Amino acid sequence: MTLLDLITIAVIVFVLFNGVLTVVLGVIWAERKALARLQQRVGPSRTGPSGILQTAADAVKLMLKEDVRPGSVNRLIFYLAPLLIFTPIFMLWMVLPFSSGLILSDLDIGLFYVVAILGLSVVGHVLAGWASNNKYALLGSARNAAQLISYELPLVFAVLAVGLLAQTATDRPFSLAGIVEAQGGVPYLLIMPLGFALFLVGALAETARIPFDIPHAEEEIVGGAFVEYSGIRWGVFFLTEYAGLATMAFLAAILFLGGWNGPFSDQFPPLQPLYLILKISAIILLVFWIRAPLPRLRIDQLMAFAWKLAIPASLVNLVVVATVVYAQQRNDWELWLAGGIISVVSIALAVVTGFIIQRRREQRLNQFRQRWAQ
Amino acid sequence: MIAAAILGAVGIITVAGAVGVVATRSVVYAAVFLLLSLVGVAGLFLMMLAEFIALAQILIYGGAITIVLLFAIMLTRAPEQAHQQDNQQRPLAAMACFGLFILLTATALSTPWRTRDASSDPMAEFTALSELLFSDFLIPFEIASLVLLVALIGAVVLTRSGREGA
Repeated sequence: MTLLDLITIAVIVFVLFNGVLTVVLGVIWAERKALARLQQRVGPSRTGPSGILQTAADAVKLMLKEDVRPGSVNRLIFYLAPLLIFTPIFMLWMVLPFSSGLILSDLDIGLFYVVAILGLSVVGHVLAGWASNNKYALLGSARNAAQLISYELPLVFAVLAVGLLAQTATDRPFSLAGIVEAQGGVPYLLIMPLGFALFLVGALAETARIPFDIPHAEEEIVGGAFVEYSGIRWGVFFLTEYAGLATMAFLAAILFLGGWNGPFSDQFPPLQPLYLILKISAIILLVFWIRAPLPRLRIDQLMAFAWKLAIPASLVNLVVVATVVYAQQRNDWELWLAGGIISVVSIALAVVTGFIIQRRREQRLNQFRQRWAQ
Repeated sequence: MIAAAILGAVGIITVAGAVGVVATRSVVYAAVFLLLSLVGVAGLFLMMLAEFIALAQILIYGGAITIVLLFAIMLTRAPEQAHQQDNQQRPLAAMACFGLFILLTATALSTPWRTRDASSDPMAEFTALSELLFSDFLIPFEIASLVLLVALIGAVVLTRSGREGA
């Protein structure tokens, strides 16, 4: 490594950072426009054509705003927390492949890198809530941590199943580029719809989007962890949320929609980023669409959904994919039979467990009702 | 040359974080310093081309352990400033730490470390590690998970016992 390498790295990081910021501006504008259309409004329309400069103007406003710091906060951690929240999301962009030739760092264990770095942003949220010295902020960060920890599991299990599937078609099953190449024929969305659904739910929860925006919940805890932040520091929270959304959509497009694969993408490499952007936009629009009609979940519903449905379902998904991949690699009818039996048994076990839990819940609810009636 | 400088900087960060953990009076600051030190260790692994171990370090220690620690601090409402930094057990603690230091140094010096260079295939290391985990070291691996399960059930039992009949 020479000094020139270091300078190159610095330049790349600078360009990528500004690229992410531009993407975020676009995503925010797209959300305001799409949501407005879904709610029969016009949305931003004054600043630039179709209001496209609105978010840029908002960003300038946030930067010029006074940075108010309440007197009772812990200054050091209060200032540190927004950085700790944003950095991991930005670090994820280092391994995301834009096309077969345009990859900043094609790690062999890129999938594992994504999973490991994703877990780091919780620390910033918890610290922000604590440093604010505000009950609502602390509640928000506690909710955020609980939600992120719970929904990380189905997300990671779905991602692991993708790695297992990719193993059948590439010798680099944990590299993001390898996964895309493995999906040359059929995207994994069609092979593993349950995995995609779990990934999407996990991604919505990780980025705290409606219906999982319990950590913010403006009507209950007035915004959660960032209630005491103002100006550009508040902007960093906002930025992180949308950068996270873009990152998750990027990952979903790579892991489940076949990334840059598309008609003639092998003959015409310049088409590849185009296909990728189209797929990412489709997922982002899907997320906006999910947001528009749905109300916010209650915290107990959120936890029940994660631990009683999403995690068992993701485990079943993993077991089924593992047995099928193993049987297919050995191509042995006895293994197919064993795989089938294991799959059926695990699905049945998951269903029975869910049923028992549901019945016990109803029993307990009935007990409560009887006690109330007395 | 620059790689060595980076390695040195990461090492200094790691040690500074570790010193911060024991030197600060605030438990939350201690947790943040611990995070710094643990991520620094991950950086050391990364500089030594052990990518998988580095990422596992970030995943387990940087994410999970730090969060559990911060949660414990916040839920138990531990006082932010410890009133007393040390007690009469100081010589005992010093002896224990020194003993541990000697033991670790002796182990580190006497172990024949396998090294790899940047040209070798990282995927092969990854595969070899996972094969070892699921063959030779299967039983220790599973016992470790059993310990975690016992801790989990213990935590549930401890927190539930207070509200029997609720």
